[in-house]
Amino acid sequence: MRAGASDLPIRFESVSVGTRGVTMLDRITLLIEAGPPTVLIGPNGSGKTTLLRTAMGLVRPTQGRITWGGAEKSPPVQRAIVFQRPAMLRRSVSGNLSYALSTARIPRRTERINELLSMVGLDGLGKRPARRLSGGEQQRLALARALARDPAVLLLDEPTASLDPASTKTIEDIISAIAVSGIKVVIATHDLGEARRIGGEIVLLHHGRVIERAGATEFLNAPKADEAKAFLAGELLV
Amino acid sequence: MHSDSALELIFTGDPALLAIVRLSLIVSLSAVAIAAFVGIPLGALVALNRFSGREGVIVLLNTLMGLPPVVAGLAVYLLLSRSGPLGSLGLIFTPTAMIIAQTVLVIPIIAALTRQTIEDLWDEYREELTAMNVRVFRRVTTLIWDGRFSLVVTLLAGFGRAAAEVGAIIIVGGNINGYTRTMTTAIALETSKGDLSLAMGLGAVLIAIVIIVNTLAWSVRRAGEKMAG
Amino acid sequence: MTPRGRFFVLIRSLLIVAAIATTLATQTAAQDKSIVVASTTSTQDSGLFGYLLPIFKQKTGIDVKVVAQGTGQALDTARRGDADVVLVHAKAAEEEFVAEGFGVKRYPVMYNDFVLIGPQHDPAGVKGKDIMAALQTIKAKSAPFISRGDRSGTNIAEISFWKDAGIDITKDNGAWYKEIGQGMGAALNTASALNAYVLSDRGTWLAFKNRNELAIVVEGDKRLFNQYGVILVNPAKHPNVRKDLGQQFVDWLVSTEGQDAIGRYKINGQQLFYPNAKDSNA
Repeated sequence: MRAGASDLPIRFESVSVGTRGVTMLDRITLLIEAGPPTVLIGPNGSGKTTLLRTAMGLVRPTQGRITWGGAEKSPPVQRAIVFQRPAMLRRSVSGNLSYALSTARIPRRTERINELLSMVGLDGLGKRPARRLSGGEQQRLALARALARDPAVLLLDEPTASLDPASTKTIEDIISAIAVSGIKVVIATHDLGEARRIGGEIVLLHHGRVIERAGATEFLNAPKADEAKAFLAGELLV
Repeated sequence: MHSDSALELIFTGDPALLAIVRLSLIVSLSAVAIAAFVGIPLGALVALNRFSGREGVIVLLNTLMGLPPVVAGLAVYLLLSRSGPLGSLGLIFTPTAMIIAQTVLVIPIIAALTRQTIEDLWDEYREELTAMNVRVFRRVTTLIWDGRFSLVVTLLAGFGRAAAEVGAIIIVGGNINGYTRTMTTAIALETSKGDLSLAMGLGAVLIAIVIIVNTLAWSVRRAGEKMAG
Repeated sequence: MTPRGRFFVLIRSLLIVAAIATTLATQTAAQDKSIVVASTTSTQDSGLFGYLLPIFKQKTGIDVKVVAQGTGQALDTARRGDADVVLVHAKAAEEEFVAEGFGVKRYPVMYNDFVLIGPQHDPAGVKGKDIMAALQTIKAKSAPFISRGDRSGTNIAEISFWKDAGIDITKDNGAWYKEIGQGMGAALNTASALNAYVLSDRGTWLAFKNRNELAIVVEGDKRLFNQYGVILVNPAKHPNVRKDLGQQFVDWLVSTEGQDAIGRYKINGQQLFYPNAKDSNA
């Protein structure tokens, strides 16, 4: 974990994000604290991606306030994000990791690069051009890039959305291992099974608002809000 | 230089012919080098910054890619003529003037194509680089490095334009025998004298160079695809 | 780096480039022993310079750089100060140039002659006539005629020949009269392609290779005489003029040695230029 002031807790205070009539987040008040993973679920367009990007600092609230460990401005040094469709740098796999390390001002030691490759199961692929990896491999590389930065908070936007079951399982296992190692994981997913497997606490979003928030088991077995029940029954589509 | 056989001249390495080819390469390569030095950062700057009038600048750069060489030549001539503002530099009718004129022609090509390359690459990389907290200067160098294959092809395009033109360099250079005569200006001269066989010989050499440049461009592009995926 | 920082990097780079370029330029300019002579394309195309200049260089070590343009353009180049010496063949224009103060003094150097070129089978029937009659016939029959139309010495001469034949060709022409705005070689090429008539200097004609059916149809008429003059550009108007080196060139051309060299130049065994620096009426 990196030295310096902590990014946690990430506090959303009545945060709205919207442009020209389209509201993506609607007065969100939320506290993301250290501990087990926070899983964001909700139908398409509910604001999961926007919430993650706002938590990362890539999107500025149009109303309300967000703070990281109490600070209103925090450069993305202690947090890292894995996008849904990560962009591969036009370099080798090791080159991508090397870049992530150097931009985080971490020494680019070969041992560290190999360690990261191992963590995500990409051993031996160091020299391959990153753009020639399969979808699952690219997702894992993006994950390794994020980990390379030694973050305190790891944000993931539907990392297994376009993957086959085998790759999905691999990634979920890696994420669980990361969560256990002490890094705060905030993950968006549309897969309820994944939400259950990763565990932690679940936050249901709909139309940019927080509908319900509870521990995973509690939420999945006994949701309170009507929309939550509808969502679990597969009837909350938009 | 006689026209007995243009092919003979080429294969026996006639010194006058070699001097002409050497001058052509020096002028065009220098122009591309300077144009790259100015054009690549300029293109990157426009690609990565939002400023008022940006659309206008982009349209201007794209338009200037088609700047007629004689117009560029005339403009540079008026600048460098002894009676012009920069006359005291004594550059008129010298190879340096030719380099300047061709640089003027090539800068828009390199700047406009660099802007396109960098902008497209930035669209792809923007989120990741922003999320990785990459400083502005590092962004520029990253984009230029990752886009290097396209940029090399851009430089080759610039060289092709410079090597093929005659209008600008004949005006500012004066087509002086043994001093500012290049392949293209020599071809123009020999054709107007009716010495077509020599003109064709020079033309063959020029085409050979153009083919080599284009083959290089193609292989660079392929190498880029292989290396970076 | 801030936007300002980037801007300054760019400016610094441009300045470095400019500095390098200027140093290169001024270095080369200062070191070499050379002059720029503005002359005409027909003189260059005749090959005379290829013959004369190495002789001059060997004697004096001076590199003569010839910029070959039309007479009008050559005189304008000199007026702008971009040449040190002019060598053209249009006496009236040359005297005007000196009168305007751009030239120091005009020296006659040599003469060659013009010839009327046309298709061998001479469709207009002008062969052997004098030049005036020939031109009148060409106009009467609307035979295709190529004019250089570029204010060159040859062009100026051509127009004055029409005038002497009683025709104001600039106003009184037709589709048969084609002005191409280019040099002698180009004009001959065009005439060759179109089987047309064209006025040429003998030198360019002798060196011209793309003749097809063209041949000389009128020659020897005294009026076809073409006088060359050389003038040093006035350093009072343009201080950059290389006065001493330029004067050496002028002096050499009118000297016995230079005049002999001019007379020795031949194409296919035929003398092209007749040195006449001593002729005070030239």
